[in-house]
Amino acid sequence: MSCRIVLAQIKPKLGCINDNLELVENRIQQAITEQADLIVFPELALTGYFLKDLVPEVALRLDSPEIERLKALSRSISIAIGFVEETVDYCFHNSAIYLENGQIRHLHRKVYLPTYGLFDEQRYLARGEQFRAFDTKFGRMGMLICEDAWHLSASYVLAMDGATTLICLSSSPGRGVEGDCLGSAEAWQKLVSTTAMFLNCRVLYCNRVGFEDGINFWGGSEYVAPSGVSRVRGGLLEDTMVSADLDEGELRRERIFSPLLRDENLAVTLNELERIHQEKRSTSWQA
Amino acid sequence: MAGLNVNVELLRTILTAFVCDEVRKVGAQQVVLGLSGGIDSALVAYIAAEALGAENVHAICMPYKTSNPESEAHARLVAAGCGINFSVVPITPMIDPYFEMFPEADQMRRGNKMARERMTILFDHSACHRALVLGTSNKTELLLGYGTLYGDMASALNPIGDLYKSHVWQLSEAMEVPREVIDKKPSADLWAGQTDEEELGFSYRQVDELLYQMVDLRLTRPELLVAGFEPSFIDTIYGKIQNSHFKRRLPVIAKVSNRTIDRDFRYARDWGK
Repeated sequence: MSCRIVLAQIKPKLGCINDNLELVENRIQQAITEQADLIVFPELALTGYFLKDLVPEVALRLDSPEIERLKALSRSISIAIGFVEETVDYCFHNSAIYLENGQIRHLHRKVYLPTYGLFDEQRYLARGEQFRAFDTKFGRMGMLICEDAWHLSASYVLAMDGATTLICLSSSPGRGVEGDCLGSAEAWQKLVSTTAMFLNCRVLYCNRVGFEDGINFWGGSEYVAPSGVSRVRGGLLEDTMVSADLDEGELRRERIFSPLLRDENLAVTLNELERIHQEKRSTSWQA
Repeated sequence: MAGLNVNVELLRTILTAFVCDEVRKVGAQQVVLGLSGGIDSALVAYIAAEALGAENVHAICMPYKTSNPESEAHARLVAAGCGINFSVVPITPMIDPYFEMFPEADQMRRGNKMARERMTILFDHSACHRALVLGTSNKTELLLGYGTLYGDMASALNPIGDLYKSHVWQLSEAMEVPREVIDKKPSADLWAGQTDEEELGFSYRQVDELLYQMVDLRLTRPELLVAGFEPSFIDTIYGKIQNSHFKRRLPVIAKVSNRTIDRDFRYARDWGK
């Protein structure tokens, strides 16, 4: 279904749940005023990114008052937002929820926790175990949290599960100043465009801005059409709201023009993956 | 080498945003920095002025009696060029009485003492103006350990600590740092005629090439040899990086508890900001 979306390219404060919740609620009200149907926030929007030992301090249970407040707002607008989730058995996840009609429509726990270079997520967080598409008022969607999107299998699974819109919540640090544009921005733009094009999906990419300990988050949130063309993109390092109208007709036309998903052979893929999996298990001692 | 050529406009955008964000989020509006007359501090002054407005930047020139008078003249030129506040605090009255007690002290001890004297002046002015001290050490110096621990290496924020000297030159051109400052030979200005490159024994261009490939691209020693670097040069630089690593770390703490600062008590500095 056609809808108006807003990508909230915000600057959260590190470890300050109350301040960030207030910021998020303000942006939600603004989006409601602009008659948007869906607002997307970045990864860990309620907490900031380089949390380290703050993780247990800022973690929220799904029944926490903060999440209840956001659920209430989702009666007026659908919301996708990232936060640290605490489970009943005291695991901490880098999670995203999709809220609509006052309910949690879907929960995604980040599966791929980067632990290399400047990243250290696996030290502090537990990994998710699923990629599942889910139905919303605006069609079937899937959520990815930042690094998840760099694993082709993740977006592939969501598309095979019927998602026509992929939401990617991100806290991507900017680096690489040799080229025409920021290295990480260039890499993400290629990735998001290719993902959209290969899977005939829309991609809503929302990346935060601001600095944490000298590391910049570069923004550049964008809506990429199913053709792979970027329709609108937020400015570099700019605290802003990016709006776009998603046209259902465009999705339909793209899937007629380029029926890649119709022709995708799930059985072949599964057979081959199963074979590879078996072969790797039987030869693993040689590694 | 492509990696040593940077997109100066992008760099300028990021570094000015960095100063703006990191200064204001701790509740400060102003910064203070030492202006030596050299290119590194000149560039930081230009970045700070662009980020915060020239009126919010306090530059202090802190000459010793043996400092080249040209250095102070260049510092004035820089301050006038970007319109920032400028003052001169000579350190001779603090340094000389001290070394009257230790007349045998060599150049290194004297140089380190001067660097640390300047640090105390900057941090005092930091309290006076409620301003943060900006660091002016570049990545080349930081990796080689060519700086004084708790002296010129001390700061609250360093906008150019991830820029090699080659990058500093490029960005300084783009930001229109005065030509005299860009063109002159880099010097710690501890004695007349001293230049960094003579003291180090190689040029910044040479060492930046090696550092970029060794540190940023992580080429192995055999790969660096194939790339044409002399084995003795590689070993010297590797040794300098290794032996100066202590300068880039906090003091070592003896661990006895379950949560030791920076070991298993880990928080970002921007915690709550």
